Amino acid sequence: MPQVDYVPAASVEEATKALKAAGPRARILAGGTDLLVQMRSGRVRPAVIVDVKGVPGAVGIRREADGGFVIGAATCGAEIGEDARLERAWPGVVEAACLIGSTQIQGRASLAGNLCNASPAADSVPALVAARAIAVIAGPNGRREAAVETIPTGPGTTSLAAGEFVLEIRLPPRPARAADAYLRSIPRTEMDIAVVGAGVNLTLDPRGRVAEARVALGAVAPTVVVLEDPGLVGSELDEAALERIDAAARAACAPISDKRGTIEYRTKIAGVLARRAARIAYDRARG
Amino acid sequence: MKRYVSTTVNGDRVEFLADAGATLLDALRDELELTGTKEGCGSGDCGACSVIVDGRLVCSCLMLAAEAHDKRIDTIEGMASGSELHPLQQKFLEHAALQCGFCTPGLLVAAKALLDANPDPSESETRYWLAGNLCRCTGYDKVIRAVLDAAAELRQARV
Repeated sequence: MPQVDYVPAASVEEATKALKAAGPRARILAGGTDLLVQMRSGRVRPAVIVDVKGVPGAVGIRREADGGFVIGAATCGAEIGEDARLERAWPGVVEAACLIGSTQIQGRASLAGNLCNASPAADSVPALVAARAIAVIAGPNGRREAAVETIPTGPGTTSLAAGEFVLEIRLPPRPARAADAYLRSIPRTEMDIAVVGAGVNLTLDPRGRVAEARVALGAVAPTVVVLEDPGLVGSELDEAALERIDAAARAACAPISDKRGTIEYRTKIAGVLARRAARIAYDRARG
Repeated sequence: MKRYVSTTVNGDRVEFLADAGATLLDALRDELELTGTKEGCGSGDCGACSVIVDGRLVCSCLMLAAEAHDKRIDTIEGMASGSELHPLQQKFLEHAALQCGFCTPGLLVAAKALLDANPDPSESETRYWLAGNLCRCTGYDKVIRAVLDAAAELRQARV
């Protein structure tokens, strides 16, 4: 392996300075479960590895006064799965984060890593997009916020500028009668990459009808596909509504055929998972 | 570039110099000569390199040695008390839960992390927890029985 330097950044300033100085030859290290694999295979050869876990706010979960959650971008999946309050508010985000890899991977892998690795099949990203999560980005010009779906721009590429890194993932306050769910399809029960993933986030009105719905699909296009109006609003999620979300999901897909699945298979499964995840989210929201 | 690393391994304070790009697995095996931790795939898929860092189970092949600074690392070498085997180790022998033995240190460390977090896991919980530890010899069944038996014995010992 060629010479590489390691910078354990203790502040936003240290991290952005090191990232800016090395430009495209810098890599951000959170949990390292993608980066170290890419380095070993020779796919990336960074000159500088900037470890952001020591930056204040990068690790840990806190609940805001308004009921929103702030998840440090480098917080590992296991810690996310252990937070009972977060799981009550955002069960879909938590189940998506905890589906990533083995117990060992859960001890390291982070939401920002999953987001910025920009794999179309990233499990946590559809759930975060359905949840309207916001990424807090630190950089040389201060902080800015961006909807998570604007970060990945294609497989392996992001909209982050030189010197920028994701510091926090923010989840909005939860109204009453709201819940989310995430489902993915893999050929076995553990340790695989999504063939299709579906995140559904619902808010119900006091009579149990869907007041707001947001659906996001993974692994069926270069980036996450959002269904803005999947045909659920006003329904009690009867069979006709489920048929509409199934059809809307299939229509929104633009997948490829690869060793994990064909275009036809992915398209069909996207409809099935959107329908099933909607059912789970609806039942959770009704309580 | 070399990094100075001061850390705690199995309760002992250790210091070493590590290449900035070297993994914790490299440092454990090559610098500290703790060769119980094995390299299988080197990409986080097989779990042979499992260690516990600040109480969390991780693959040491997916962590830089430099990241170990000021951490608490527990490896397979710290599992037995002198010549007295840990109950998990004893049960692996009794149930013949190993053949070639290459995956065994990783499985034992992962199983210990499970029982530290959950003293009474179900068979299903145990299988999911150990899904990141690949074994090509045993077919897993004896491993699962050994872990559940060790869990039962450890619970008895607590009463």
